[in-house]
Amino acid sequence: MTIPANNPSPTPEPARAGGASGERMSGMARPRNKRDEIDAVEQEVLNAVDACGFPPASRFALRVALEEAMVNAFLHGHRGLSEDIAIEVQYTVTPHEVEVRVTDQGPGFDPNAIPDPTMDENLELPSGRGMMLIRAYMTSVEHDMNGRRIIMKYARP
Amino acid sequence: MPASESRLKVKRDGSVIEVQFRDRNILDEANIQQIGEEIKGIIEAETKPKLLINFSDVDHLSSAALGTLITVNNRIRALSGQLRLSNIDPQILQVFVITKLNKIFEIHDNADKARASFK
Repeated sequence: MTIPANNPSPTPEPARAGGASGERMSGMARPRNKRDEIDAVEQEVLNAVDACGFPPASRFALRVALEEAMVNAFLHGHRGLSEDIAIEVQYTVTPHEVEVRVTDQGPGFDPNAIPDPTMDENLELPSGRGMMLIRAYMTSVEHDMNGRRIIMKYARP
Repeated sequence: MPASESRLKVKRDGSVIEVQFRDRNILDEANIQQIGEEIKGIIEAETKPKLLINFSDVDHLSSAALGTLITVNNRIRALSGQLRLSNIDPQILQVFVITKLNKIFEIHDNADKARASFK
């Protein structure tokens, strides 16, 4: 269930349902690769996480995962595409679980092709840690749509 | 925010240069790039730089920021210098442990211990 928001917002087309503590809260946003739009999405999801009573450690974990998933979508998914093309972030928060789906508009990728950044020979490479942090902090991570979509689930500890 | 505004607070104590961040969240791609450039300018003005990066008041750090720290570490090592990190929030320290970067950085609880560790 999603109810379109009545108020215009700098983040295009936010929508949410629920609201009070203990309910299911969900929404969708389409941020572009602009820091204020990325921050607004993080804030919207974290507000729902707070409202559902998750502890501060969960907030930190989810912020890491959201940040890395969105930055990956723009940096890798949208490589070579216009900066104005938005990604899509859908989220659902219940008192027990958070699910976030980040979908980009790029050509897709093979998630198994990322080198392990913790291997000794890769430790000093400056990139490749975003996906690793997502996997470490989330309960489960799936890729869909030929790598264009990441589905992250976080169970309340 | 103009790009020319420094993202760092820099102070020198003897031969040790200590930098702190002006941002609580080190996430923004352009800011991270600027931080990397500023630190590069600082260390390349030194012979055998001794650099302490103090993370007090930093709440969040992205993988892109970790990448910049690795680049800084590689550059300091190429100059036969030394790098120390200090005052890392426990939640952020966990990020270093997950990525095993605690193995390549010398991390101290506080700036005094870090300063005392330079050889």
